[in-house]
Amino acid sequence: MSDLGPADVVTPQVRAEATATMGTRLPPAAGGSSRVHRSGRGKKLAVYLALVAFSVVYIYPFVVQVSTSLKTNGDAVANPLGIVPDPLTTAAFQRLAETDFPLWFTNSVIVTVCVTIGRVFFNSLAGYALARLKFRGRDAVFTAILAVLAVPGIVLLIPKFLVLNYLGIYNTYPALIVPLLVDAAGVFIMKQFFESIPPSVEEAARIDGASTFRIFWSVVLPMARPAVITLTILSFQGSWNELAHFIIATNDPNLFTLTRGVGQLTSGGLGSGNQYPISMAAALLMTIPSAIIFAVFQRYFTQGANAGAEKG
Amino acid sequence: MSTADTVAERGTTAGTGSGRAPRRRRRGDGQRQSTAGWLFVTPTLVVLGLFLVIPILMAIWVSFTDWTGRGSPFSSRVGFVGTENYQALLTEQGLSRQDFMISLRNTFYYVVGVVPLQTVLALGLAVIVNQRFLKGRTFFRTAFYFPSVVSSVAISLVFLFLFTGTGAVNQFLGIFGIDGPTWFSDPRGLIHLAGQGLGLWSIDAPPGALADHQVMSLSLWDWFSGPSVALSAIMLQVVWTTAGTFMLMFLAALQDLPTEVEEAALVDGANRWQRFRAVTVPHLRPTILLVVTLGVIGTWQVFDQMYVMTQGGPAKTTLTPAYLSYTAAFGQQQWGQGAAMAFLLFVLIFVLTTFQRFVLRDKDEAAAKKARRAQQRAAKKKEATA
Repeated sequence: MSDLGPADVVTPQVRAEATATMGTRLPPAAGGSSRVHRSGRGKKLAVYLALVAFSVVYIYPFVVQVSTSLKTNGDAVANPLGIVPDPLTTAAFQRLAETDFPLWFTNSVIVTVCVTIGRVFFNSLAGYALARLKFRGRDAVFTAILAVLAVPGIVLLIPKFLVLNYLGIYNTYPALIVPLLVDAAGVFIMKQFFESIPPSVEEAARIDGASTFRIFWSVVLPMARPAVITLTILSFQGSWNELAHFIIATNDPNLFTLTRGVGQLTSGGLGSGNQYPISMAAALLMTIPSAIIFAVFQRYFTQGANAGAEKG
Repeated sequence: MSTADTVAERGTTAGTGSGRAPRRRRRGDGQRQSTAGWLFVTPTLVVLGLFLVIPILMAIWVSFTDWTGRGSPFSSRVGFVGTENYQALLTEQGLSRQDFMISLRNTFYYVVGVVPLQTVLALGLAVIVNQRFLKGRTFFRTAFYFPSVVSSVAISLVFLFLFTGTGAVNQFLGIFGIDGPTWFSDPRGLIHLAGQGLGLWSIDAPPGALADHQVMSLSLWDWFSGPSVALSAIMLQVVWTTAGTFMLMFLAALQDLPTEVEEAALVDGANRWQRFRAVTVPHLRPTILLVVTLGVIGTWQVFDQMYVMTQGGPAKTTLTPAYLSYTAAFGQQQWGQGAAMAFLLFVLIFVLTTFQRFVLRDKDEAAAKKARRAQQRAAKKKEATA
């Protein structure tokens, strides 16, 4: 409704319409340049002010997290806004070391490493087959994977428990790992990438008599490095931060991951009273690996976030 | 979703392309490719089948039984109860239906609040970060995106601390003389509070016309509560966390915006806001629709925050279908009802997204048709001149 027509038709009527629909005035048709200048500087100031405000909102919670983890509980309760711990103490981290926290951390590392390696390998295999290998039923397989993408994960909580229980692997590491090994979105990303590699590369290897797996493993996969890194990051992020699946896959405290174990800290897992420094220390320690990976591979994170949104 | 279609198209063209390409293909290569192809997709298909397709089928069965979680759900001791579980949730007066309706009400307010807020915030952040004159754009982009990378559990812990009664947020509000609520333990609805603030009613003595009328086991007064203060705090947290991801999508789209178009508008004398409304927003339309669709799918599934922060409380005002179905099954051992709830949620999300995809597709198809017709016209013209 507010489509602006070609330039020269900023007639009084359009002006009135613009005022009515947008609630703003059009600048005077002539002599508007000084106004542009002034508003340019004002705009810059406004943008920077907005940025500072948003940055505080976005960074402050993490600052609070770090500083509170180094406070005493009394200090944390009395000065929740304060950034400087007084007195400075690592008591929260020591307390945390006495809980099951190290076990949860180890479990998280085991699960994340297994899931990430498995996912990258299986997704690449499937993605390559769907992009390059001609086989009967390929389109049907692809359609099925697309359909899977549409199933909202959270409604699968009870169903997945039923199968884990039925298979007798409830409360085992495989229950934590295997269901996360494949994700349809990952297959999709890899397929998309393999299609962008020129087929001539593989032809040469094929003529040399290399097996299909050999071509995939030593010729195509090394070329797909950016996609593999993106997928590695997405898999790491997905399994390190996963909570719902770990809730339904085990109730054995020995198999708790960080998300599951730390998630229970809040519901009285630490005994009496609020222990804010301890929960902040736990939150901090589970954030650090994500932060490191994020800092190293930032470029690929951006690609990953947009993988689903790109036009192809 | 439209991505899928384009990719599917590309897939087929690439497939036929590589089929034609090899000139000196040896005999048996087709067979070899076929075997390898199936071998390569087998792990994916097995895992998806085992932990997606079969689970769904099993859960459909369980939702028609009274299984209590002991033994196999297929044993003869498990009773088939028909649609009883669904009836308890939808048509029978009772606690089950009341809880389910409360969870739907809560999530409805949650979705209606979170989706527009996160879309607008993401768009705003993208527009700001996209300013060409800006120094340190990467830094700001990183700062806004970082929460999306962090575990929801860690963020929940931080927000629990920030939003305690005497916490950082209330201390900050105190600077302006505002007496903040006890956030995560405050069950009062925002609409209830607004009405009380305007002098329309008192929360302790709700108007009889609303309180006495029951619809689906819940009084009108309860239906029109709005999100509780506790739920609103969770909504703020989720908007804060997810806006960064969507900001990246908007940024990618903004960088596709041809500068000539904007320059043309500038020459036309359109001011900044008009350019934004008339040029930028229409260009971003597909991205906005995508963000809204992903937002709706994501928000209806909200679970983690409830599990970590509120366990459905205070006064059930943060109960959601996902969390309720989890507690029904794993807590009360009512597996049939839990599975039934999961399915109703699935149907709800499916209907909503199908509706949205329909809206999306309509526009794409209309545009494609228009382009095709224009092409035909141009071809005819060419023929005529030739």
